[in-house]
Amino acid sequence: MEHKNINLKLKVWRQKNSNDNGTFETYDAKNISTEMSFLEMFDVLNEDLIKEGKDPIAFDHDCREGICGMCSMYIDGRPHGPWTANTTCQLHMRAFNEGDTVVVEPWRAKAFPVIKDLMVDRSAFDRIIQAGGYVSVNTGNAVDGNSLPIEKDKADASFAAAMCIGCGACVAACKNSSAMLFTSAKVSHLALLPQGEPERQTRVLNMVAQMDKEGFGACTNTGACEAVCPKEISISNIARMNSEYLSASLNSEK
Amino acid sequence: MLNSKIPSGPLDSKWKNYKSTCKLVNPANKRKLEVIVVGTGLAGASAAASLGELGYKVKAFCFQDSPRRAHSIAAQGGINAAKNYQNDGDSVYRLFYDTIKGGDYRAREGNVHRLAEVSGNIIDHCVAQGVPFAREYGGLLSNRSFGGTQVQRTFYAAGQTGQQLLIGAYQSLERQISLGNVEMFNRHEMLDVVIIDGKARGIICRNLVTGELERHFGHSVLLCTGGYGNVFYLSTNAMGSNVTAAWKAHKKGAYFANPCFTQIHPTCIPVSGDHQSKLTLMSESLRNDGRIWVPKNQGDNRKPNEIPEEERDYYLERRYPAFGNLVPRDVASRAAKERCDAGYGVGSSKQAVYLDYAAAIQRYGKIEAGKKGLVHADAATITALGKEVVKEKYGNLFDMYEKITGENPYEIPMRIYPAVHYTMGGLWVDYELMTSIPGLYCLGEANFSDHGANRLGASALMQGLADGYFVIPYTIGNYLSDEIRTSAIATDHPAFAEAESKVRDRIHMLMNIKGTKTVESFHKRLGKIMWDKCGMARNAEGLKQAIKEIQQLKQEFWSDVKIPGSINEMNPELDKANRVADFIELGELMCIDALNREESCGGHFREEFQTEEGEALRNDDQFMYVSAWELKNEHEWTLHREDLNYEVVKPSQRSYK
Repeated sequence: MEHKNINLKLKVWRQKNSNDNGTFETYDAKNISTEMSFLEMFDVLNEDLIKEGKDPIAFDHDCREGICGMCSMYIDGRPHGPWTANTTCQLHMRAFNEGDTVVVEPWRAKAFPVIKDLMVDRSAFDRIIQAGGYVSVNTGNAVDGNSLPIEKDKADASFAAAMCIGCGACVAACKNSSAMLFTSAKVSHLALLPQGEPERQTRVLNMVAQMDKEGFGACTNTGACEAVCPKEISISNIARMNSEYLSASLNSEK
Repeated sequence: MLNSKIPSGPLDSKWKNYKSTCKLVNPANKRKLEVIVVGTGLAGASAAASLGELGYKVKAFCFQDSPRRAHSIAAQGGINAAKNYQNDGDSVYRLFYDTIKGGDYRAREGNVHRLAEVSGNIIDHCVAQGVPFAREYGGLLSNRSFGGTQVQRTFYAAGQTGQQLLIGAYQSLERQISLGNVEMFNRHEMLDVVIIDGKARGIICRNLVTGELERHFGHSVLLCTGGYGNVFYLSTNAMGSNVTAAWKAHKKGAYFANPCFTQIHPTCIPVSGDHQSKLTLMSESLRNDGRIWVPKNQGDNRKPNEIPEEERDYYLERRYPAFGNLVPRDVASRAAKERCDAGYGVGSSKQAVYLDYAAAIQRYGKIEAGKKGLVHADAATITALGKEVVKEKYGNLFDMYEKITGENPYEIPMRIYPAVHYTMGGLWVDYELMTSIPGLYCLGEANFSDHGANRLGASALMQGLADGYFVIPYTIGNYLSDEIRTSAIATDHPAFAEAESKVRDRIHMLMNIKGTKTVESFHKRLGKIMWDKCGMARNAEGLKQAIKEIQQLKQEFWSDVKIPGSINEMNPELDKANRVADFIELGELMCIDALNREESCGGHFREEFQTEEGEALRNDDQFMYVSAWELKNEHEWTLHREDLNYEVVKPSQRSYK
């Protein structure tokens, strides 16, 4: 791969804490190798800021291999930047050209308050899981793993939903800041398996109620969530959740 | 004296007898007993959830924004279990034996046998939680093979097994949180253990959002904080993975065992420049079909596809005809280093070898053409068919490689190089997973217990979950049953106050250095010393030098580090400084341990101790022991030996020729 160095202008959201109003600051990123990842470019910029006695830019990141779901930058109007099926940590600088101006913001949603700069608080997602995103089985209760065969197609579909990394890009992309893709991925993962069956109805009712309580918006089926999802979680999960919800609501009124 | 508390009796009934005779705590008393769990990866989340289910009052802590982020999530390949679903001769004994042998005879028989015994329960429990393992068309669980074994015992969920297992444990943990049995503290970092009357009774931690220090009491404390591979700066670990919790415990008296045993994984994407922040693993499964080679001529700068077949050196196939490209991790890593050091490396850095799929594409292409009855298929058709098969098997890995390097591995051989991946060493624990401090336990990668000098693929997930789901729920009761009369200790106790003030002083000291060099620059320098002198190959001269260099680095760090921002706010640079300061001290101990162990075994290769053919040469007469180090003073440790007694397995020299 040919590699070269490029110079960029960065407009980055700076916000001291959740009470601060926040503003954009402009930085020059000079001599950036196109082999760097987007976060490595931020590392270089931060090293320079520290040497100049300035406050480095705070951002969430951890595994840097696209699976932990921690990184969360809104780059040029798109969660995780221009590449599809990708996380910010896996975006590489060859996606940009000499002289580009790149705008970087945090996820913006009422339910994801900014902690500092590009870091947000996504604990609302944990609370949605607490509302029912599990199978109530205590350690030690299990029967043999092969005692209950599961149709391969169903197991595969369940896995496809379970691949969600909980990054919140779906919420950030949605004009309503809806968490329907995230919530429906967990509902689908468990509804498609026999192990999820006993709590199927209470699960969907409770998780949706919690989602609403956290302040996430409603879904209007624009599909923006699916388009930016790093794991390509399908919007059909939302349809499945709606159907599960309807059926559970009717049953619960019996 | 070190007492490993291995139960007496025959190997296969030790655990059963232990479970039948260990002390129990009744449900009413469990409600009064508080347990602190630090770290929420596979070991921590499974322990916190299981202890919550039992009725203990649990507090769990993680430095990430959610327990779901822990680095267990990045494990790709799978999890081993002795289910024998494939009818291919697997058994608890074979899993036990493979693990002992793979660890080059430096692990405890009792612990490893227990691990093999509970391996099947793990799979059952995960299935019950709704973990979507790969399945066959008949609806039953699928298995695949992994390195170092002759049976198919690895359960998996595509290339995301760690993610699915962690999400399973995370969901169980979230359920306990919602039931009020576990209180969760995200974005908190443990900075000290509080010890009262010789027992672990709590922790001091820092709220990473506000910078405030907090005191938490527990009747016992569990450290489940993962490995210390980031001491090398570049590793396949997550950026936040650190040794701090374990190191603080070590400084309070917990012994650190076998620190020099680190695993270097042979197939990672090579370093591309000074900006590199971490390395990415390419699953071991790629060595099933890929062929590894370098040019036969030194400094050959031609593009790989321009180098003719007869000028390529498939060095693993040449050196190890019996195992070829599938030799164990430590052997494959050293062989790559040997070629690169001798000047045959490829790529701009010359620190890489090729992993080539061209032959596999042709082989699969011909098979596919045969299946389709295309007798006279042309070369282009065969190549296209072959690429489809490879894509189905390894597509996500090939995509990841292309994203990172910008090169298409279907067309150009991948460049790979070994990278630090896992640490077999860790806090010393006895059979009950208790460290040398009463009431302080250590689980998962953070302890030293089960993998000896080299871990087999797909065994890390197994150990983390075994410790959390099936071991600690029994062993902790054996300790806490004597604590039922201990009421909760108020956190204004002088021991808490003293521990907190020491942590506070250290943070102030760090912030007040106001030097000229960034934390990152020190971490990079430490990493370079460790990689060059305590990495894939070590020798006495280099290790002695490394110890001096690390001591100097420590001095320089504490006099010249520059940390921006302030204490009472979100300050990632301060968090990092705390961690790097601990890594520097650990680095010194790793070198001391490597210097002490005058033999080669598993991942520890001392250049002075090798066979004529360049293979690892163990010295069972003098070194068949666990090195457990006790910190005495700065730069000064005492070695305690735990002799390893092999009652069942007979240690032998590993050979892969």
